[in-house]
Amino acid sequence: MSATPAIEFRDVSLTRPGGTRVLVRFNLTVGSGEVVALVGRSGAGKTTILKLVNSLMVADDGEVSVEGRPTREWDPIKLRRRAGYVLQDVGLFPHMTIADNVGLLPRLERWPNERIHARVADLLSLVGLPPRRFEARWPDELSGGQRQRVGVARALALDPPILLMDEPFGALDPITRAELHGEFRRIQQHVRKTVMIVTHDMGEAFVLADRIGVIDEGTLLAYEKPEAIARSDDPRVRRLLDAMPRVP
Amino acid sequence: MRLIAFWSAHRAELVALVAQHVLLVAVSTLAAVAVAVPLGIFAARRPRLGAPLTAIANVVQTVPSLAMFGFLLPVPLVGGVGARAALVVLTLYGLLPIVRTTIAGLRGIDPAIREAALAMGMTDGERLRLVELPLALPSIIAGIRVAAVVGVGSATIAAAIGAGGLGEYIYRGLSMVDTTVILAGAIPAAGLAVAVDGLLLWVERSLAWRRRRVTRAAVAVAVLAIAVVLLSSSLAARKASGAIVIGSKNFTEQLILGELLAQTIERNAGLAVDRRLNLGGTLICDRALIAGDIDAYVEYTGTALTAVFHEPVVGDAARVFDIVRDKYSRTGRTLLAPLGFNNTFAILVRGRDARTLGLRTIDDAARLAARWRAGFGYEFLERPDGYQGLAKAYDLRFAAAPSVMDLTLSYRALASGQVDLIAGDATAGLIKGLDLVQLEDNRRYFPPYDAAVVARGETLLKHPEMRVALERLSGRVSAADMRAMNYAADAEHRDIRTIVREFLAAR
Repeated sequence: MSATPAIEFRDVSLTRPGGTRVLVRFNLTVGSGEVVALVGRSGAGKTTILKLVNSLMVADDGEVSVEGRPTREWDPIKLRRRAGYVLQDVGLFPHMTIADNVGLLPRLERWPNERIHARVADLLSLVGLPPRRFEARWPDELSGGQRQRVGVARALALDPPILLMDEPFGALDPITRAELHGEFRRIQQHVRKTVMIVTHDMGEAFVLADRIGVIDEGTLLAYEKPEAIARSDDPRVRRLLDAMPRVP
Repeated sequence: MRLIAFWSAHRAELVALVAQHVLLVAVSTLAAVAVAVPLGIFAARRPRLGAPLTAIANVVQTVPSLAMFGFLLPVPLVGGVGARAALVVLTLYGLLPIVRTTIAGLRGIDPAIREAALAMGMTDGERLRLVELPLALPSIIAGIRVAAVVGVGSATIAAAIGAGGLGEYIYRGLSMVDTTVILAGAIPAAGLAVAVDGLLLWVERSLAWRRRRVTRAAVAVAVLAIAVVLLSSSLAARKASGAIVIGSKNFTEQLILGELLAQTIERNAGLAVDRRLNLGGTLICDRALIAGDIDAYVEYTGTALTAVFHEPVVGDAARVFDIVRDKYSRTGRTLLAPLGFNNTFAILVRGRDARTLGLRTIDDAARLAARWRAGFGYEFLERPDGYQGLAKAYDLRFAAAPSVMDLTLSYRALASGQVDLIAGDATAGLIKGLDLVQLEDNRRYFPPYDAAVVARGETLLKHPEMRVALERLSGRVSAADMRAMNYAADAEHRDIRTIVREFLAAR
């Protein structure tokens, strides 16, 4: 692990306007180039953790730092463009073609057209969508799984050092998912991105992550290498592990 | 088909009125878009401020348009009469639907899409421009459609303040009680509304995201079309600048008198005249004269006394004239000597009865009234100088309580023997047409309504030749002349310009 952690949570607390405590003195350190999977039951606060990283939410207490700088010192636009985000609901823009969706941020960054075009083609190929067949199509013409891939391609558009993924492969069929897992690890070996993945799929966490964080009621129960998590004898971790579907 | 004949006879005017109408609607709708879309964006982002904002727009919408024109009359810069005030009112009316659909369109966007745009690191401006507005656009266009269609309807009312448009025919038709003329304005206005609705519906449909590149071309074509229409309409609607502006109220006699002033000035003073005829009523003409939107119009002394200056009723014609002239001169306006006829209420009986029974005065009729039935317009029954006072002054008692009927219909009711006595206008053309006789007001009950030109003093100083020309009309228009001209317009449906030209030629 390098000296400056890519992402660091220090004693972060967050309470919803209704009074529900989402995070309680939460601590987490993600090293540069590390892939961390956050697992936990629904409502455990996993998505909130991702949103704190790119300033979509702000902590009541404590500090979240990205690349050594507290998030509140970052220009949120710059911060978000350095942290690709893949949403649960994809959120493709229905009025733009696939190519325009993927190429939107490069266009806002004023890349030259040829470079955008090449980048879009590369990214679509990367997520398994032949560019010639898909560039000119519209989001509502795609299957759920295809849309999810476009979402991943869009998040990678600016080659951000950090990738935040909220149930990214949840809508994909098992074969495609396995393919994408393979692609993901290949890319990851090339570019060493810092990745935070929220997932319900323990199998996915074991395949992709360097470390797995188990979240329960707003705290980090365990934060270990997958082998260590699998061997954990903490009853609460075991209960979560047993409740989760496993990939054989 | 009288309607077709009317249109073909007034072809040039019809084209100009349609052009004015389109111009009014197009400019006011564009102005409403320019104001309402930013307002809607603002309101959609700040719900707390948005609610009162829509509430205000709602209230504006519920003000009847005629009342709105009335409110704005005395307001400087935006008020007064003419196209500018009409544009302000029409723009205000256009705001609500557009604000509403802008808010609805922005709020209806899938939250996942908003969140994606935010999480991607798009700035506020980029999100609005590239994501939110394009997605809300079909909804916004739907609001513009409503605003434009409502605008086509409201613009007909704008004719009441001299803004032109197809409402001119509708008002002219109403004042002449001529359905053909009403339809001549109403049918093209309805057609215009349908056309505008269809055009914008087409834009709205083709903007349903999908084929955006195609629709960009469509929008470009639409914008171009609007620009062409605007340009050509503004050319058609452009008026001679520096011309003398003549106004009139909105009934036949006033239209004739307005035309009479206009032709007199053109012929005898050699000045260019811009006709702002058919303005709503006394109040609007008065405000327009004060504001300098018109330079002269014909007023009736009794009306000026009571309606303009709120003075009590006076019976003596000369005194009324003096009072009114004095009041006008204190507000920078000049009342010229009366034209020569008194448009008072006229107690009318059938010519046959007058001859066989030897009726000359109202006193003569009062003696026979116990066997008669009377029919009066609603206004005459209600006015302070109407029926109640008349009955008292002449000790009038009829066989039954007078029936209430439409003023225009009462002339026919009298002629056909359904009633025996009515109160009409002294100068109504129908008096001549239906062989009716006006009984003399021998007890001088009715206040005088002598017609006289009232003009801006400033204009008369600048154009003394105009004063000379107008003074030549004084005492030259008798009640019989006025009746004949009203008859030619109302009963014979002849063109007012021709009627006036023939009248002046005969002098």
